[in-house]
Amino acid sequence: MDWGSFVTQFIAGLSQGMFLFLLATGLSLILGVMGIVNFAHGSFYMIGAYLTYYLVTLLGGSFWLAIIFASVGVAVIGGLLQRFLIHRLYGRPELQLVFTFAFVLIFSDLIKMGFGVLPKGVSFPEPLSAIFEIGPIRFPQYYVFIIILGPIIAYLLHVLEQRTRMGRILRAASLNRDMVAALGINIERMFTIVFGFGAFLAGLGGALVCPTVSIAPGMDALVVLPAFVVVIFGGLGSFAGTFLAALITGQVQVFGILFFPRLAESFIFILMAIVLIVRPWGLSNRPPKFA
Amino acid sequence: MLKGLKMKNKELLFGIGLFIVFALIPVIGSKYTIYFSTQLLFTILFATSLNLLVGHAGLFSFGHVGFYAIGAYAFTILYKTYGVPFGVSFVAGPLLAAVAAVIFGYFCIRLTKIYFTFLTLAFAQIIWAITFKWTPVTGGDSGIVGVTPPSFLIPLNNTYFLTLGVVAVLIYVMYRIAHSPFGLMLNVIRENPNRAEFIGVNVRLYQLIIFTISGFFAGFAGVLFVLLTRSIFPDVLLVTRSIDVVAMVIVGGMYNFWGPMIGAVVLLYLNSFVKVYTEYWLLVLGIILAVVVLFFPDGISGIFPWISARFKRLMARFKPRKGELSA
Repeated sequence: MDWGSFVTQFIAGLSQGMFLFLLATGLSLILGVMGIVNFAHGSFYMIGAYLTYYLVTLLGGSFWLAIIFASVGVAVIGGLLQRFLIHRLYGRPELQLVFTFAFVLIFSDLIKMGFGVLPKGVSFPEPLSAIFEIGPIRFPQYYVFIIILGPIIAYLLHVLEQRTRMGRILRAASLNRDMVAALGINIERMFTIVFGFGAFLAGLGGALVCPTVSIAPGMDALVVLPAFVVVIFGGLGSFAGTFLAALITGQVQVFGILFFPRLAESFIFILMAIVLIVRPWGLSNRPPKFA
Repeated sequence: MLKGLKMKNKELLFGIGLFIVFALIPVIGSKYTIYFSTQLLFTILFATSLNLLVGHAGLFSFGHVGFYAIGAYAFTILYKTYGVPFGVSFVAGPLLAAVAAVIFGYFCIRLTKIYFTFLTLAFAQIIWAITFKWTPVTGGDSGIVGVTPPSFLIPLNNTYFLTLGVVAVLIYVMYRIAHSPFGLMLNVIRENPNRAEFIGVNVRLYQLIIFTISGFFAGFAGVLFVLLTRSIFPDVLLVTRSIDVVAMVIVGGMYNFWGPMIGAVVLLYLNSFVKVYTEYWLLVLGIILAVVVLFFPDGISGIFPWISARFKRLMARFKPRKGELSA
């Protein structure tokens, strides 16, 4: 392989990593603070993508506005789900697991009902529709936007976690939920906010990924397991770890398909098995809370 | 009459009754009913074997289909490709599934809770990928078809009775395991692994043993699948199949030995029924799962004690109280 297409692949892997990061931080937040394994996270991502498609292609709206509406819409769905249903299962993690999985099934069929099974697409938004060409390297400008946006979001999340009151409460809650509740924090409301915010990040990921993939049923399953790999790989409660793990996983996915096309789908699972066997607490050096 | 019997005898009676019902099906049922019932039988075996892990030991496996796959493929490859005698392959399939379960289990049980779940999921996916990609041996995407059983199994009725016999024996064995001191110790480990460790139980070893046993029974279910359909292909081993079985366990009730059986019967019937009217089976399954988890976390088998408790309380209201009698 010449170095031009190598760089092109590398850039595709980077942007793939950014999408994984958006999904995985939400998952990791929900898992760390609430102890819930949210299988429906991939569904939130898919709903975000379909909402964007609906707003842009069917209603002819602006892509940038659609991103905001779609991710806020997904946040509302997530918040409602937590507030009225999931919170009833507090303290029963295995039932929460099954419950969020039930919603994977429900959402995937609802999407099929609403939009059919044919793949949909959204074109690259203005002013980022051009293709970059530097010698043999060719990639859409949109990727550059994603690669710049990813670290900005990661940094904002880091600031939110370390410097704000909400962030302090969240960090405390991930260590001991009951103690935080005993100190007079409305933990129910906080859970709803966390779940909604996690859903928002997934919806944002789904909205942003629109121009780069075909929007089709099954896109939820394609991302949710890699996102879990990133969560475990990165270690719970560490944005830096999650970010690094997302970048590595993105590259593994892209180059895995390139070098071992026969193993494409299974690559991520092999990575997952290796991480779980060798280093179940991931890249962070903290001992595992759930293992 | 039922009141006089002990719980254990009641369960035995239930099991025998169920066996008689199934034994009578070929007499009255159509060919489709027999086919469907055979399917039901090995699905019951599969779901009950999973519940040894989920319900009895508290190990939430999402990759149980992997052992079903290994049992099915090992049997098929031995019997069809290498011409190993039927009886030998029939037992070797599940045994190989058990061997795989020892190896995978060794890694899985070192982890707990969601990490355990994810590793089982990853292993099942890797097995699926192997069956999908290793074309020279497994037939790849199109699988292996035309697995002709020995001549005595050609009539559907005979396959049915063999399946019924095998499933009945294995269910009985599982019942004995679940109610043995070993099985009760698994319940202790499920409730509080730390305390079990303190009283000197080798928790990991117990978990590994039940993981292996469970894999063995799942392997048998896989072999019976091949016997009925005479084929095996990767599509039936997708991870969604694992989820179907988890759903059966949840819907039937995981804290009852017979729960998964009820779950398997209800969901399989519902599936064949709903599919006639709509293609959105997953939506229906999802709603059922969500409702069961929210309102009946102990599943269908948990509803009966709930109703009988309500009924007793209602009856108690109409009984004269002690004070009223003396007055």
